[in-house]
Amino acid sequence: MRFVFSPPADEAAGLLTLPFGQPLEEWQDERLVEIRQRGLSRHVVRFIAEGGELYALKALSERLARREYRLLRALAELNVPAVEVVGIVVDRGPDLDAILVTRFLEYSTTYRALFSSPRVGQPTDRLLDALVELLVRLHLSGFFWGDCSLSNTLFRYDAGTLGAYLVDAETSEQHPVLTDGQRNWDVELAVERVSGELMDLQAGELLPDDIDPLETGEEIQHRYEALWEELTREETLRPQEQRHRIAKRLRRLNDLGFDADELELISTPEGSQLRIRTKVAEAGQHSAQLFRQTGITADEHQARRLLNDIASFHGYLAEQAGRDVGTTAAANSYFETVLPTVPDPLTPGTDDTGEFSRILGP
Amino acid sequence: MAPVSLEKINKVYENGFHAVKDLSVTIADGEFMVLVGPSGCGKTTALRMVAGLEDITSGILLIGGKEANDETPKQRDIAMVFQNYALYPHMTVADNIGFALKLRKLPKDQLRAKVNEAAEILGLTDWLDRKPGQLSGGQRQRVAMGRAIVREPSVFLMDEPLSNLDAKLRVQMRAEVQRIQRRIGVSTIYVTHDQVEAMTMGDRVTVLREGVLQQVDTPQVLYDNPDNIFVAAFIGSPSMNLYDATLGADARSLKLGSQEVDLPESVLLARPALRGYSGKKVVAGLRPEHLPAEADNATGPKLVGDVELIEALGSEQVVHFTIDANRVLAEGAVDKDEAAAVKHGEGVARIGAKIPVKVGDKITFAVSIEDMKFFDEATGLAIRG
Repeated sequence: MRFVFSPPADEAAGLLTLPFGQPLEEWQDERLVEIRQRGLSRHVVRFIAEGGELYALKALSERLARREYRLLRALAELNVPAVEVVGIVVDRGPDLDAILVTRFLEYSTTYRALFSSPRVGQPTDRLLDALVELLVRLHLSGFFWGDCSLSNTLFRYDAGTLGAYLVDAETSEQHPVLTDGQRNWDVELAVERVSGELMDLQAGELLPDDIDPLETGEEIQHRYEALWEELTREETLRPQEQRHRIAKRLRRLNDLGFDADELELISTPEGSQLRIRTKVAEAGQHSAQLFRQTGITADEHQARRLLNDIASFHGYLAEQAGRDVGTTAAANSYFETVLPTVPDPLTPGTDDTGEFSRILGP
Repeated sequence: MAPVSLEKINKVYENGFHAVKDLSVTIADGEFMVLVGPSGCGKTTALRMVAGLEDITSGILLIGGKEANDETPKQRDIAMVFQNYALYPHMTVADNIGFALKLRKLPKDQLRAKVNEAAEILGLTDWLDRKPGQLSGGQRQRVAMGRAIVREPSVFLMDEPLSNLDAKLRVQMRAEVQRIQRRIGVSTIYVTHDQVEAMTMGDRVTVLREGVLQQVDTPQVLYDNPDNIFVAAFIGSPSMNLYDATLGADARSLKLGSQEVDLPESVLLARPALRGYSGKKVVAGLRPEHLPAEADNATGPKLVGDVELIEALGSEQVVHFTIDANRVLAEGAVDKDEAAAVKHGEGVARIGAKIPVKVGDKITFAVSIEDMKFFDEATGLAIRG
């Protein structure tokens, strides 16, 4: 038997004493835990409490286990919400599949539990928003899910909303960029799967009467398209509104939990065409990025605002110069020419947009 | 139902990787076409271009005679069959099969009729009111297939759908998939890396290597008349014995290591181009069944080998032997571990179960010379006309 894991995994050392030489479905270890209202799975999945942590163990072929292990690690590196993979157990003996070990997401719940005992009212809206946001995050990161469903997602309450975490990456694929076909396919599958899962709850008399499984499933498509459009749409900006519109757009992206990876302004007869390459925001990444670019230490929120301002200014400089001036040059120029003109304190009653336009104005 | 035609299709990724090169192949209406080849040969990429999951870099994709390059997966009217199927435990088999039609708002009576029809094809009629928990593994797979059938798509696309099943269920499902596809007659493209699966299931098989089409034909033609060394080595299990050889000055003999085999006139009549290779190096190929152990009184071409290993299968013996000729391995046709394990001059023969033979023996094979294949040493192409 071999246990392949990502260090450090000290607290998982106790897992090595599990009876890996037996089929997972036949285990009778006292550390086994039953999880009520769990999602549907094509594989044998069992849960183990060890060293104060809860782990999910899934039996599947070694090829798939190694693949999923690699993909879950890639998702973690990209800061996409997903379960944390601990390792895989292979070479367990003749006719025994490999086992993928993931850490059970603390304080998480399943869609079945959410519908059967909702804590804060009926969960449909928040649940769909969370699932759609997760799907969009995956797509922006170049991940094709291949099996987007409620069963393959765990949910966690977060200040009145729900956060969604990918649980099953068995069918996922990582690409530099997804094609529209891949995104459409994922969304179509999500609509079908979620409708099916809700119909199943309905058949089991676990779904509130006022929820229509089909309408709810179809809602995924609408919400996905709206969020994708919001994050990736190109817009034409008139020269006089260009700078504050860029800043506004970037703030909106931030509010939604995303970032601009790259801005492109293309001159057209109607004005400038703004193209934004959106990416998933990382925790603390703005502070780190600002420090790298400028040497300035700032809190995350402040750093994000400054970076957005620099990005807008970068776009402005590039258009003025007719070529890209580079991020570092834009940042230097921003601190040399823009910051000294900021009144201290800002004039009361001046809104951000107005002040920004005034500062950057010709 | 619709034919599918790929015309000079190319896929080049942004990093410059050319995954599929000028692929032209037509899947006739109702045909079961298998795409097969080793890992990285472009088969899945080709399937995904048909599905609309990958953009086509150049070339034309026709589905039902209509260009489909820019259509969404939904517009193409295709169904991916039981990829990641999930059965819903509270729903009956009938509801599990028909729920996708509910999404399409199909009237109840029509839905029921389609589910009944699919269940009849799948042999699930008596199980329609049961729950999935009461089904066997094979029946669950059939329910998943039923979901695709009731949609009545123009084309089925299947990407290694059986790879996650255990060996017994996989063999059972091969036959099931084939039977059901024949019954409903929907054009099907099936991707597998397993040449046995390809040979047993496909009406025709497309062999790919490094994004390039090697040969497309019926399983029997691929087996009997491979176009090149790669197809010869990839198709068939155990694979064809391929050796470096030299033709005699008049092309009437063939030297394999230190042994010489006479080539009768009939061989040259069937392959006139062989005369052009007189005195030159070629690659000679023989299937294991074309090397039966020689009867005591047999005449004709012979080959003597040293027995290294015997697999007694009951109905026959598979004899691994060596001769002193160089064994040719087509790159990519066998996996690296397997290739590394092949000894110099190793070959495989199928002989009768009752023939007494043991490891360490010298064994004389009768060579079925009419079945011998010849390939150009430099290009790897078959020498025929």
